[in-house]
Amino acid sequence: MNTNLWKITVTKLNIPQYLNMDNFLPGQIFTTSASLVDSVDRKLLVVLRDGRKLIGVLRSFDQFANLVLQDTIERIYVGDAYGDIPRGIFIIRGENVVLLGEIDLDKEDELPLRQVPVEEILLAQREEMEARQKREKLKNKLLHDQGFSVDFTETDLY
Amino acid sequence: MTLIGHQVTVELKNDLAITGILSSVDQFLNIKLDDIRVMDDTKYPHMMAVKNCFIRGSVVRYVQLPASAVDTALLQDAARREAQTPTTAAAHTMNR
Repeated sequence: MNTNLWKITVTKLNIPQYLNMDNFLPGQIFTTSASLVDSVDRKLLVVLRDGRKLIGVLRSFDQFANLVLQDTIERIYVGDAYGDIPRGIFIIRGENVVLLGEIDLDKEDELPLRQVPVEEILLAQREEMEARQKREKLKNKLLHDQGFSVDFTETDLY
Repeated sequence: MTLIGHQVTVELKNDLAITGILSSVDQFLNIKLDDIRVMDDTKYPHMMAVKNCFIRGSVVRYVQLPASAVDTALLQDAARREAQTPTTAAAHTMNR
């Protein structure tokens, strides 16, 4: 839409002055739609609020950062190892998205990480989780013995 | 005055801190960074292959700006002037 049309629309709708688009910096487009459009059809890493990492091709999105990913894999990292689980197509509700990263295809091949089979990474992930729970339990016990409240558990950092 | 093109550090609510060149910001404070670097990158191996990223505004805790790029005197002045203007003040009350 050209600038003049914008002005006409804004006047006609009687939008308050503080919402007038002319108050924003010129040449700046304040929409998410505009900012994700150059990531479409690229291979992206999406980090979700539950800590999962999905890698897939971005096919569509909207202003809430709802996403459609194609040929998605879930990648699990434990230490310097990672394992991939093929997942397929995802529609991700925007509120669960933490970040989207565009993957540098050159850098991707020379990472100091090693790929391991799915079973192995799942086992490692479970061990890591159990170790963390053990640590947490011990910490909570120590805190409780000191008289601190330990009702609060950090399940969702967001 | 714009911060686009400056180096900023975005700290997320999961403690991940990403430094990069600010490329865009929208009305939700979604942030796009280029040439990113992650503090403590062994803890976040998934970020090693990522060159630029889009961060959803709702997960941002802090944005650290370069002090040299911010004119605090000008900002204070603008804020004071806005508080004094009856129209914008009314608009803000209405907005609440």
